[in-house]
Amino acid sequence: MKDSIIRGIKFIGLGFLEPLIRLINKEEPKKNTREVMRKIVAPIASVFIFIGLWQLGSTSLYNKEAEYKIEAATRNQGEEAAAKLKACMESGDANCQPNTLPSPSQVYAAYQVLLEDHKQISADKEAFAEKTFEMNKKRVAQGKRAITYTGRPSFVDQIKTSLKTVFAGFLLALFIAVPIGIVLGLSKTLRGSINWIIQIFKPVSPVVWLLLVFMIVKTLTKNSDSDSSFIISFISVGLCSMWATLVNTAMGVSSVNTDYINVAKVLRLRPLQKIFKVILPASLPLIFTGLRITLSVAWMVLIAIELLAQSPGLGSFVWEEFQNGAMDSNSKIIVAMFVIGFIGFALDRIMLFIQNLVSFEKETI
Amino acid sequence: MNQLIHNPEIEKFPSNEVMLDLIDLKKVYPTPKGDYVVLENLNLQIKKEEFITIIGHSGCGKTTMLSMMAGLNEISGGKISVLGSSIKGPGPDRGVIFQAPSLMPWLTTMENVMLGVKKVYPHATKKQKEDICKYYLHKVGMESSFNKRASEISQGEQQRVGIARAFAIKPKVLLLDEPFGMLDSLTRGQLQDVLIDVWNKEKITAVMITHDVDEAIFLADRVVMMTSGPKAKIGDVLPIEFERPRTRKAILEHDDYYKYRKHLIDFLEH
Repeated sequence: MKDSIIRGIKFIGLGFLEPLIRLINKEEPKKNTREVMRKIVAPIASVFIFIGLWQLGSTSLYNKEAEYKIEAATRNQGEEAAAKLKACMESGDANCQPNTLPSPSQVYAAYQVLLEDHKQISADKEAFAEKTFEMNKKRVAQGKRAITYTGRPSFVDQIKTSLKTVFAGFLLALFIAVPIGIVLGLSKTLRGSINWIIQIFKPVSPVVWLLLVFMIVKTLTKNSDSDSSFIISFISVGLCSMWATLVNTAMGVSSVNTDYINVAKVLRLRPLQKIFKVILPASLPLIFTGLRITLSVAWMVLIAIELLAQSPGLGSFVWEEFQNGAMDSNSKIIVAMFVIGFIGFALDRIMLFIQNLVSFEKETI
Repeated sequence: MNQLIHNPEIEKFPSNEVMLDLIDLKKVYPTPKGDYVVLENLNLQIKKEEFITIIGHSGCGKTTMLSMMAGLNEISGGKISVLGSSIKGPGPDRGVIFQAPSLMPWLTTMENVMLGVKKVYPHATKKQKEDICKYYLHKVGMESSFNKRASEISQGEQQRVGIARAFAIKPKVLLLDEPFGMLDSLTRGQLQDVLIDVWNKEKITAVMITHDVDEAIFLADRVVMMTSGPKAKIGDVLPIEFERPRTRKAILEHDDYYKYRKHLIDFLEH
């Protein structure tokens, strides 16, 4: 029972709960108490310390900004206006709050606002779909295009769009980088002759890739009504992030243990057999390391690219909020920051999980 | 079973037939300070169904010689022929057991053996091929771990599978590069027994490098001593005339054993 629970939590990546379960079962209490302290209590404590420091920081920034605002009001509009402003600030009125780093509670409030907003918009969408259902049926029957909801996307919609873009970009990187990496890894000549491309293009900034892709896609998609901003952003994401996989795959394939290669030679396996039975499985750990880096790079550059390419998603959400300058904009940006972080973390965990499923070496980091 | 694993490529030769012939073998490694001659004027004839062990000091070129026989290392001069025809690169007619077990850790023991069997018996049915794998895995005492991943078994067990893999492809020559060098002495003894058991049945011409004088005497028909490099060649050959099948106990009690042992140690320490 206990062992199967432990196996279960380890399987879903919650291995840190193991000492707690052992402690509940009164197993080696001294050692497991120490483990619980180390693996569960200390991390939770660090979360609280983090929030505390954040709270302190935001309070001090708030005071500084408020002071400055009142001073400015005194200078420009006189004592009376300043007193009014001060009263307004103290009353907690949203219209006159100083605009600075939001506190944790403000961020949490913004999070709830975003969630409410999403519920509202989803309900709207559903209502819209219901209302237009009959009409759309007719329109489709008549060969016309169905009416679709064109309202503002909610925060959750933006997340979905971003995930879609990053997934498309990641797949693009996978399908370009892994085959090329294998070919490069197999051929020393090719590796030597193409190395300069990799070395020169690897460090190029995402922004430049975006512009390059933009130049090409703009021309290619002329006169077509496809969603060019999505195409531009996912191709840019793919191109920025594929280098890690390319380099790692080439390295993995070229550095397969000579013993395995010798076995393949002695058995005189055919080239394809050699690649699929020996070289690929042996280099899977490195290929996956590359893919994990690719995915995290893809997620990281996505925000910047969406921001520049005007394509919908978390990046444009952050940018719009920043431009918007509404009272809770800053809080919403911080919410987006956490969401981006959590999703990035989750994506990496998923990759690790897949890696452990398919690879002969087990990694836990 | 025997019908099944009979390889038509192997024709019956009288046992005086030369299986492996090394003629004026030479190996040169170019270095910045000029060529480094590892082996020179190395001549050795190995008869069919003979078990040869090679001893010599570390770095004298034993492994180089063996990997040249396997076709994994280029020949700088002279030639190596198997049944009269020069070798060109590696091939399944010469099975190799490496020092490290070199099993593919992502395959099961069965699949590891199957890799070679598939190559050598392309027309056998799946069942027949599986039977061959099982037969040899059984022979090396791994019958309870057909479906274990190679990464899950101990190094001694991995080397057992390595032995099964080498025998299962029915090579004409078996080349062993210190196969038990990485094992503890107990496991080494067990694996020597496993090896010699399978070998007694199959009688495949075998060439084995070893550092262990006792191992060399116990297994071999002839012990080949190599001189120290550079320009290493065959220094001396000692025929071991114990009856087969041998048991370790009988050999240790035999009077000639210490004579052989002294001969080898004198050579190595001279």
